Amino acid sequence: MPVNMIVCVKQVPDPEAPPASFKIDPAGNKVIPPANTPPVVSPFDEQAAEAALRIKDKHGGKIVSLSLGNKLLRDVIKKPLSMGADELILLEDEAFEEGDSWSTAYALAMAIKKIATFDLVFCGRQAADWDAGQVGSGIAEFLGIPSVTVAKNVELLDGKVRVERVVADGYEVVEAPLPCLITVSNELGTPRYATLKGIMAAAKKQPTVWKPQDIGVDPSQIGGQGRNTKLLRLFQPVREAKCEIIEGDTPAEAAVNLALKLREFKVL
Amino acid sequence: MAEYKGVLVCGEAVEGKLAAISLELLGGGRKLASELGEELAAVLIGSEIKGLAQETIAHGADKVYVVDDSLLKDYQSDSYLAAMEKVINQVMPKILILGQTSMGRDLAPRLAFRLKTGLAMDCIELSIEPQTKLLLQTRPVYGGNARAIFQTSGQPQIATVRPKAMSALEPDSSRQGEVVAIEAGIDASIMRTKVVDKVKEEVAGVKLEDAEVVVCGGRGIGGPEGFQDLEELAKCLKGAIGATRPPCDNGWVPSGLQVGLTGKIVTPELYIAVALSGSSQHMAGCSGAKNIIAINKDPEANIFKEARLGMVGDWKQALPAFTDKVKELLAG
Repeated sequence: MPVNMIVCVKQVPDPEAPPASFKIDPAGNKVIPPANTPPVVSPFDEQAAEAALRIKDKHGGKIVSLSLGNKLLRDVIKKPLSMGADELILLEDEAFEEGDSWSTAYALAMAIKKIATFDLVFCGRQAADWDAGQVGSGIAEFLGIPSVTVAKNVELLDGKVRVERVVADGYEVVEAPLPCLITVSNELGTPRYATLKGIMAAAKKQPTVWKPQDIGVDPSQIGGQGRNTKLLRLFQPVREAKCEIIEGDTPAEAAVNLALKLREFKVL
Repeated sequence: MAEYKGVLVCGEAVEGKLAAISLELLGGGRKLASELGEELAAVLIGSEIKGLAQETIAHGADKVYVVDDSLLKDYQSDSYLAAMEKVINQVMPKILILGQTSMGRDLAPRLAFRLKTGLAMDCIELSIEPQTKLLLQTRPVYGGNARAIFQTSGQPQIATVRPKAMSALEPDSSRQGEVVAIEAGIDASIMRTKVVDKVKEEVAGVKLEDAEVVVCGGRGIGGPEGFQDLEELAKCLKGAIGATRPPCDNGWVPSGLQVGLTGKIVTPELYIAVALSGSSQHMAGCSGAKNIIAINKDPEANIFKEARLGMVGDWKQALPAFTDKVKELLAG
C-alpha cells in the first residue's frame, strides 16, 4: 500500500551555533541572527522527514514537505527534497510571520486539509527555536485525527501505524488507525544525508507557494494576529559560574588534584 | 456566564503513589492560589485512585476532584483528553498546571487546542502579575540559550511545569479538604490509539532523577565501552550515570539516560561532566546541579563557562586516576 505522507518542517536559526554567538535584542524581544551561521531545518523536523522516508523505503508512497514562514531560504527549506521527499509546499507570506503555536498549527492544518490525501502527518516534537512543543498536537486537534507524540520508531502494520513512544523509563508501543499525526524525537536516530543526486533533483524542483487566501484561512487567526500567547520578555539567563581550572603536569595528575579539591570543598 | 476561578493542578500517580512532580505542582500551585486569594484544587485521573485524595490535600489542595474509571487506568490521549475537558468545563479554573511529563507534554497541547486557550510548556517559573492577576509563564527557549516570559489569552491559562522547578510543601495530615467525584462518562469507542506494550529500559542502581551524584558523558566518550568507566566512578560515589544526546542517539546508552532539554532534568549535589561540550540544550537539564565539575580536553568548551571546577585533558587518562583518588579519599 503506497503511503501518503506530509512532513511539517520549520526553518530555524542553527541550534548548533556556539552558545557565545547567541544574542538578543532586548528592546525588540528578538533574537539577533548570528552573522556567520545560516539557518537550518529544525533538527527534530529533519528526523520527522527521516521517519517518513523510512516508511517510503519500505512501503513506497509520496512525501510532501510543508513549511510556513516568509522569505524562506530555498537552499535550506529544500533539505527534505534533497533527502528524498517528493514535493515541497510553502505557506509563504508576510501574514504568516510572528505566529505562535496556535496560529501556526491552524494554518498548517488548513493547508493539510487542502492537500486532502494523507495517511500520516509527521512533525518534530518541538522546534529548535521556541521549543514550544505544541504545533503537532495542535494540527491533530484541528484535523480531528489521533496523534502519537515523541516517537522514536514508526512502522506501518496491517493498515495501522505502530509507534514507539519515548516515556520516562523506556518506551510504549502505541497503535493508531490512519490517518494519524506523529511527532518525532531525536531518539529516532540520525537522519540520512542528502545525496548528490537528491540535491540535484531538489534544485530542479520548484516549491508550490500558497498564500493565505489559497488555503481559506480566517486572516485574523494566522501569524501575529492569530496568537493566543503574548511574549512579554526575552532574555538570557545570567551565568554565575566561574570555573577554577585545576592544573597538573599530566591529565592523571590534574585529575588527582581535582579529586583533592573536591574534598577540600567538602563536595566529597 | 460563570467565572473562571482558582488554580487546578493535574496530578499523576506513579505505582500507586502521587508522583514527585505532582507534589511540586501542589506546592507551586498553593503559592499562585494565595497570590490570587483563590482556591487550590487538584484533579486525579485514573483507576482506583481515590486513596490518593487525602495525600493531595495534605500537600496543599483545598479540593480534590477524582475521576475514577477503569478505562482511565493507563494514560491514553483520547480518554484523558475527554476526561480533562469535562473536568475543566465543570470546575472552570483560572489556571491549570500539569507536569512536563510523558503525560503532560502529550495531553496539555491537545487540551489547550480543544479548549481554544493558550498554553506554555516546560515552564520553570510561574507567577501572578500583580495588576492584571494574569499568569506569567517563564520558560526556556532557543534550546536553553534564552528565557521567555509569556502571557496566554483564553481561559483557563494552561502551563506545564518542568520537574524540580517548584518545591513541594511539607505534608500536613491535619489539613482538611473536600473530595469531589466526577464521572468520566467516557466510552471505549473514543479511544483511537492503543498502548499495546510497555518496555522498561531501567538501568540498575540509583535512579538518575533522584541521584545526589551524576556522572555524565558526552560525544567525546566515543562508544558504549567508555560508559563502563563512568559507571565505575558513579558506583563508588553512589551516583548514577547520564549522557548527552549523541551517546543516546547513537545507541551507546539507553535513551532514558539523556540529560537535557528533551531528556531528564537533574539537580544533584555533584555533577561530573566528562567529555561533553556543554551545549545549551544539555545544560537545560543539569544547570540546577549544586556543583558542576568538568573534564574536557578542549579548554574553550562551553562547559567550562558553567562549571565550578574543571580540568583540561583527555578523559581517558584523567578518569582512572580520578576514580582511584576518589575511592582512596572515600575509604580514608
